[in-house]
Amino acid sequence: MNNRPRTLFQKIWDAHVVSQAQDAPAILYIDLQLVHEVTSPQAFTELRNRSLQVRRPDRTVATVDHSIPTYDRTLPIQDALAAKQLDMMYANARDFGIRIYDRMSDKQGIVHVIGPELGLTQPGMTIVCGDSHTSTHGAFGTLAFGIGTSEVAMVLATQTLLQRKPKTMNVRVDGILANGVTAKDIILALIAKIGVDGGTGHAVEYSGSAIRAQTMEGRMTICNMSIEGGARAGMIAPDETTFNYVAGREFAPKGADWDAAVARWRQLPTDDGAEYDAVVELDANALEPMITYGNNPGMGIPITGRVPDPDAMGDHHQKAALRKALQYMDLQPGKSLIGHPVNVVFIGSCTNSRIGDLRLAANIMKGKRVADNVRVMVVPGSQQVKRQAEQEGLDVIFRQAGAEWREAGCSMCIAMNGDELKSGEYSISTSNRNFEGRQGKGGRTMLASPLTAAASALSGVVTDPRSVLS
Amino acid sequence: MEPIKKFTGKTVGLPSTDVDTDQIIPARYLKATDKKGMGEVLFYDWRYDENGDPKPEFILNQPHSQNATILVAGNNFGCGSSREHAPWALQGYGFQAIISTQFADIFRNNSLKNGLLPIVVDKETHEQLLDLAAEDPELELSVDLETQTLGLPDGRRVEFPIDPFSKECLLNGVDELGYLLRRENEIEQYETANAK
Ligand code: SF4
Repeated sequence: MNNRPRTLFQKIWDAHVVSQAQDAPAILYIDLQLVHEVTSPQAFTELRNRSLQVRRPDRTVATVDHSIPTYDRTLPIQDALAAKQLDMMYANARDFGIRIYDRMSDKQGIVHVIGPELGLTQPGMTIVCGDSHTSTHGAFGTLAFGIGTSEVAMVLATQTLLQRKPKTMNVRVDGILANGVTAKDIILALIAKIGVDGGTGHAVEYSGSAIRAQTMEGRMTICNMSIEGGARAGMIAPDETTFNYVAGREFAPKGADWDAAVARWRQLPTDDGAEYDAVVELDANALEPMITYGNNPGMGIPITGRVPDPDAMGDHHQKAALRKALQYMDLQPGKSLIGHPVNVVFIGSCTNSRIGDLRLAANIMKGKRVADNVRVMVVPGSQQVKRQAEQEGLDVIFRQAGAEWREAGCSMCIAMNGDELKSGEYSISTSNRNFEGRQGKGGRTMLASPLTAAASALSGVVTDPRSVLS
Repeated sequence: MEPIKKFTGKTVGLPSTDVDTDQIIPARYLKATDKKGMGEVLFYDWRYDENGDPKPEFILNQPHSQNATILVAGNNFGCGSSREHAPWALQGYGFQAIISTQFADIFRNNSLKNGLLPIVVDKETHEQLLDLAAEDPELELSVDLETQTLGLPDGRRVEFPIDPFSKECLLNGVDELGYLLRRENEIEQYETANAK
């Protein structure tokens, strides 16, 4: 390799190129593939049709999260289609020799929560999953991205992928977040700024003092939503915060291997003088809690802001898109969202379902009751998160406040498992997508942080969390 | 995968921008464990009302749209979820090519792997195509992958970009998994060198 300064992305890319023919995409080695029940069945069928094996079962880990119910695990699954899909995942894991955390496992959870939690996710790796939020793992200084089912089959069979090298973008976030402003607000503000296609074709590296100050959980929240800005991947250089998080986890290196690994990981951060194809800056000092009003994650405003007016948009397609969104959401331009009634509050998803997120929400709900007529669902990201929360007594806080405390899964983030909005209902959701019907046909989603969600759960209307924080 | 070279097809327009894959195929249809029947649920919530009856105003429900094989879509088509069910549903319906000013990365990859051709045109051409589709219910366009051109009714031909590798794969029906399986030696060498 030459001595030109390189970015974090470039270093990981270079270390994983198996070969690069002219005019062809690179063959990229994949260190870890995570598998779930929804995007893998047709890939295993492809392997069977071609009489292929999984090349590296030791680099493949499966769980069930999307269509799994979040009610009591001892009860049978009512949805026959979901049950069939789960059974197929178990059969595929068994037939191909893949480790699986199934519905009864005490380590089951959302794929992007359990990877880091088990220490499977480590700096410098390439990680893929048939799931666009695989970008979450980039928080550890990995190159992690979502792939389609055809590509899932390719990685199962060859442990490689054909990849065109993306461009690089540096998102610098400097400054100090005000009280009540979280990692979720950073990423929602960024997407509002660059748009849902602003990162298309790019691997984004987040840097700056406000990123360094984040916990691993906050960093995961940020990298998680990179895809909502169109980016191929999101990543953050590993540092002491990263090493401290990984140390001692089940699949993390141990003893002398650990020291060697950390020494390697310290080489990963972007070299001085390395260049990116694009640079975007965001001032952390100026950020407020964010909330979305429309049907894509770029349609967000500071919570004290006003719903924009379609007539003020320059481009006629954008005008039409905003008009359509406001009609679907039944919201008026020029109005504030504060005080708008809410039917459901959902605290969960691979964006905000980790222990830190639950602590933020519990801190606001402690000793209080949620508003009448509001359904509040708290869905931990994994069974390990659930146990940790229960040890800390957070489940009691939520239950006493009148919220539902559920088993781990994707739940109302994607509404495949029966947890869903009714048509016309409004939710405040800590998830990542406010697309039409995402949380149930006709449902209306407003994305926000766990603080904003919890504050709104108490009042029953959209509430600025700063008004309830001391 | 079937090779693609040239085809001419009925063309319809769906100008909405940032169409996400949740609209192309809602998540509740992702419990399928095969690829069958996805064309029927394409754009389900835009296409059908609460009773499952077709909404007459939706483009794919209009009589002239039947048998359409080319879709002119808005900017940033296919954003959001990585579900390959989206191109499966579009193909299941009968589409062979989608034209836009930009595609979301994963959707574009997934489409190419299934032989659904994503065609990127400039803004001006895009507007013209949307106008043509709106004015002329019988609009037909022709696609020639070899010359990378789109043929308009007035005889004009517009070039479109496609990377040489994908073009080769589509023209010859090469499947990428087969291509990778033939690289076994290189993969093994890499694994040995990196002690993986
Ligand atoms: S929580 Fe939501 S976004 Fe995350 S993996 Fe599950 S369905 Fe996808």
